[in-house]
Amino acid sequence: MAEDNNKEFKGPGGRRMAGRPRPKVENPGLLLKRVMSYVFKYYGIQMIVVLICIVVSVLANIQGTMFTRTLIDTYITPMIGTPDPDYGPLLGAMGRVACFYGIGIAAAFTQQVIMVHVNQGTLKRLREDLFDHMESLPIKYFDTHSHGDIMSVYTNDIDTLRQMISQSIPQLFNSAITIVSILSMMLVLNIPLTILTLAMVALMLFVTMQVTKRSGKNFIAQQKNIGKLNGFIEETMTGQKVVKVFCHEEESIKTFDELNEELYQSAFKANAFANIIGPVNAQMGNANYVVVALVGALLALNSYAGFTVGGLASFLTFNKSFSMPINQVSMQFNSIIMALAGAERVFKLLDEEPETDEGYVMLVNCEYDENGEIVETDKHTGHWAWKHYHKQSDHSTTYQKLEGDVTFNHVDFGYRDDKMVLHDIVIHAKPGEKVALVGSTGAGKTTITNLINRFYDIQDGKIRYDNINVNKIKKADLRRSLGIVLQDTHLFTGTVRDNIRYGKLDATEEEIVAAAKLANADGFIKRLPQGYDTMLKGDGANLSQGQRQLLAIARAAIADPPVLILDEATSSIDTRTEKIVQDGMDKLMSGRTTFVIAHRLSTIKNSDTILVLEQGRIVERGNHEQLLALKGRYYQLYTGKSDALTA
Amino acid sequence: MLKTLLAQVKEFKTPSILTPLCMIGEVICEMIIPVLMGRIVDIGIGGSDMNYIVRTGLIMLVVALFGLLFGILGGVFGAKASAGFARNLRKAMHDNIQTFSFSSIDKFSSSSLVTRLTTDVTNIQNAYQMILRMAMRAPASMIIAMIMSFIISPRLARIYLGAVLLLAVIMSFIMRRATRYFQQVFRRYDDLNNSVQENVSSIRVVKAYVREDYEISKFHKAAGNIYEMFIKAEMNIAGVSPIMMTVVYGCILLISWFGAHFIISNELGTGELMSLLAYCMNILMSLMMLSVVFVMITMSQASAKRIVEVINEKSDLKNPEDPIMEVPDGSIRFDDVDFSYRPGTGDPVLKDINLDIRSGESIGIIGGTGSAKSSLVNLVSRLYDVTQGKVLVGGNDVRSYDIEALRNQVSVVLQKNVLFSGTILDNLRWGDKNATEEECVRVCKMACADDFIRRMPEGYNTWIEQGGTNVSGGQRQRLCIARALLKKPKILILDDSTSAVDTATDAKIRKAFREEIPGTTKLIIAQRISSVKDCDRIIVMDDGRIDGVGTHDQLLAENMIYKEVYESQVGGADADFDKKE
Repeated sequence: MAEDNNKEFKGPGGRRMAGRPRPKVENPGLLLKRVMSYVFKYYGIQMIVVLICIVVSVLANIQGTMFTRTLIDTYITPMIGTPDPDYGPLLGAMGRVACFYGIGIAAAFTQQVIMVHVNQGTLKRLREDLFDHMESLPIKYFDTHSHGDIMSVYTNDIDTLRQMISQSIPQLFNSAITIVSILSMMLVLNIPLTILTLAMVALMLFVTMQVTKRSGKNFIAQQKNIGKLNGFIEETMTGQKVVKVFCHEEESIKTFDELNEELYQSAFKANAFANIIGPVNAQMGNANYVVVALVGALLALNSYAGFTVGGLASFLTFNKSFSMPINQVSMQFNSIIMALAGAERVFKLLDEEPETDEGYVMLVNCEYDENGEIVETDKHTGHWAWKHYHKQSDHSTTYQKLEGDVTFNHVDFGYRDDKMVLHDIVIHAKPGEKVALVGSTGAGKTTITNLINRFYDIQDGKIRYDNINVNKIKKADLRRSLGIVLQDTHLFTGTVRDNIRYGKLDATEEEIVAAAKLANADGFIKRLPQGYDTMLKGDGANLSQGQRQLLAIARAAIADPPVLILDEATSSIDTRTEKIVQDGMDKLMSGRTTFVIAHRLSTIKNSDTILVLEQGRIVERGNHEQLLALKGRYYQLYTGKSDALTA
Repeated sequence: MLKTLLAQVKEFKTPSILTPLCMIGEVICEMIIPVLMGRIVDIGIGGSDMNYIVRTGLIMLVVALFGLLFGILGGVFGAKASAGFARNLRKAMHDNIQTFSFSSIDKFSSSSLVTRLTTDVTNIQNAYQMILRMAMRAPASMIIAMIMSFIISPRLARIYLGAVLLLAVIMSFIMRRATRYFQQVFRRYDDLNNSVQENVSSIRVVKAYVREDYEISKFHKAAGNIYEMFIKAEMNIAGVSPIMMTVVYGCILLISWFGAHFIISNELGTGELMSLLAYCMNILMSLMMLSVVFVMITMSQASAKRIVEVINEKSDLKNPEDPIMEVPDGSIRFDDVDFSYRPGTGDPVLKDINLDIRSGESIGIIGGTGSAKSSLVNLVSRLYDVTQGKVLVGGNDVRSYDIEALRNQVSVVLQKNVLFSGTILDNLRWGDKNATEEECVRVCKMACADDFIRRMPEGYNTWIEQGGTNVSGGQRQRLCIARALLKKPKILILDDSTSAVDTATDAKIRKAFREEIPGTTKLIIAQRISSVKDCDRIIVMDDGRIDGVGTHDQLLAENMIYKEVYESQVGGADADFDKKE
């Protein structure tokens, strides 16, 4: 019963995400302890109540099992043949049993209700802890972990835990208590028979283990095959149009069939082994009964150590109810191992080092007093200042105006310490200047912008913002002072308005429309079915790439930051539309320090400084005219003349 | 729906039928064993009859052996039937997807196809196994136990009948409610997962805007919603086990009480009472099992629906009765063509298109985003069918060709192009399975890909990662062009296929086309004027209509749009730096 119950409310985890084979759990004991301490930390009292409830309902149940014999032996048999039977004692006994039953039912109900709350509460906390922690992780974590794997922690792994906490653990308690109570009663009745029973149980467990091992091996193979098939499907489905254009359907079907067949074989074996555990256990339980009955009868008939026939009958009743919890324990074993593998990944994510932040310089709203001195304020003044608190020296606080001056001082950077991707980068962007970064894919343009906002930390050199080392600025404040439009546009589920407001959560309706107009997005937004209230789903899948970029620009515009980073912000907008957006972009960039990465030279022509990057180094710098006059790399690209290059 | 699904059982009919039969066999053994156990106690031990104990014990072992046999066979057949059924479902879907037209591919997104092929099938597989193993077993167990009870004592058995009816009503009520709640839970789950997904993929945006706290509060709200919904759903279920216990205990007490009376009035034996009590568990547990099966079926319905949708999707492009297998030449004609992705809804994407392209001509196509450039060329290789009018290739309507023959002669380099995991040679040979290495090198030289391929560590045997992520955008495009050239097509269509290739290389590729495949008709869609400037003719598209056709100089003089685009790219240079590859 219990095992099928498991299958039933598998919930969303029924949608098992395929892919990775379940790895072996390194230290199951420690993990179990950690899971349990997580549960007990918040729900200690509840768990103790649950434990008591389980004990009570198990005892009530056992008492019921024993009642049948008492009923017949003590109450019915003596009354047989009595002319005027007195049902009074029987009624009394049944009343007592009914009371026990009542208590058992109440305990079971209490247990269920508490467990629902404990289980869901724990999962809620766990999800929240996971998410909170994930938000604090450095970008590097997301670079080095596949998104599918991270997602799978929230879906599969949490779900196996859900099953473990709500079903496996109470079931285990229940079985353990049942086993212990029955065992103690068996011991009271007859020690040799108990030993015999235990020996048979050991044999049962041994066989179960053997079958479980084979089933487990095939389940792992099944997971692996699902992963393989999944990978293949993912690849061909994304390229399905290419498959059609090249009439490659038959080859595709052939490979698919092979993978499908492998999956079938392993799924068949895994399930077949899993399916036979039940019947094997049950029938071995029956064999156990027969053996004990035979040996017991021999003992009883020879009156060995005062063992009676009545005692044997009772012993056999216990023997019968002994197999059931054993069976359940062996059934739970697999799911607990699975759950612990899930728990391991959950805790691994929770144990990841969060992004560190030793910054102490803060960004504050400010206004100027009559002397022109900067004064901090809580109001939205549109003026910002850096607030320095000098801890080492005199504990004084100084203010400095936010201007947007960015310098790179001989910066070296590598994603890994042993492989540098940027070498000796020197940049000085004065407030209000437009700096363009050009170069081929992989030259390091995007990487440079990722260093300004400290998505990554540099290995050597210094980056200064308004002459403050960026390491000294609180990360949140540093990032708040930078507006970024990224290469890949990401939008969030919500309305168009929500998405623009993302740049400034307390933006008014007018500000939102103004930002949209600035980015030239207002026009298409108004044409959407519900205008600004149109819901965007799946990363804005219902918009074209160009429209999404316009929204991303509006989002950056509303944040009104002093420094702007535009990473291929208009790459998906066709040249005609770009011309129209350009006005808005120019407006957006005016008065701000801007870093522009672009594909199209028309976008970068009017920059104050153009940096040409090649393999992580700046190879040319200057404005458009200077670079053309240089007749170097920039010149070749701009004119499209390749003669100089081939040399 | 059921019919479509069950049609896929195919060669697994035998195990599908044997499984429930085995389960019934197991149930029968299971029913006999308690009787034997009772006899061992009552007659054997009670009467101190060692012989009887041995005899009955042996019979019991034999029955147990049969039970084991049936149990194992049932388990194995069940696994075989369900795993096989799943295999056939996947195959049926995948085979059908291969016949999908482009509009069907558009309709199902690729990620939804992946879920349908994996998760949904797994759900059905589990449900099917459950049904095979439990749907017959539970009622059989219940019915046999009920019959046995009626044989022992019809009057007492009526208590069971009453209990079963009562429990059935209560359970169906609870399960129905719970299922509804659970379905809501799943929807909220999707929301929650969506929120995580978004944060994982957009973490840079979140961090750049310092919106961690905002996202956390959003997530906590979603997690709270799920918590509440789940509590509601599970509180429904929480009652199930206590109610079950109440009914079981109630039955035991009632049977004991009335049983005692019957025994004393000599209408019932004590052994019979014991058996009756044993059947109590059987009957009620089976009922419980049955309700579980029902829930399982309800829950897998959504998956079943999604699978059937894929299997039943009919391609709207059909091969003609008597197809033409050879495309005579590379001429193309559009006759009053209207085209709409979903006919009957809204404005057509293409309107009144009339075009006449000679074999061997090179045609440039230019126009803003959404001006239907791609839609226009997609009609040539019949990736979609026209809504009105007709498209002729080599003088014949495209609908009269064998689709495969047509697509082998009309080679398209799609805008969203994909390379597959495999070596560069493997990828090239998509164009022609039997191409020799020399041929591959030749087309790569034409597409200006040979140089960079040779510079790669393993040259033409370099392994391409899924989606071609280990080559740059420009390199990917050039490989795709080479792949298309390998088909030796009569018509070559490049849909914005050199956008990431620098201007100089782009010019080289076009030069190679002119010199090496002069007889091939070339349709080139581009953003850059420089890519189409020296085409024989250039088509300017605007909002689904042809705005102008002519040579570069003609259009520059006459066509407003062309002039605007040209001026926005003065100097003709809209280069990028993907050069040094």
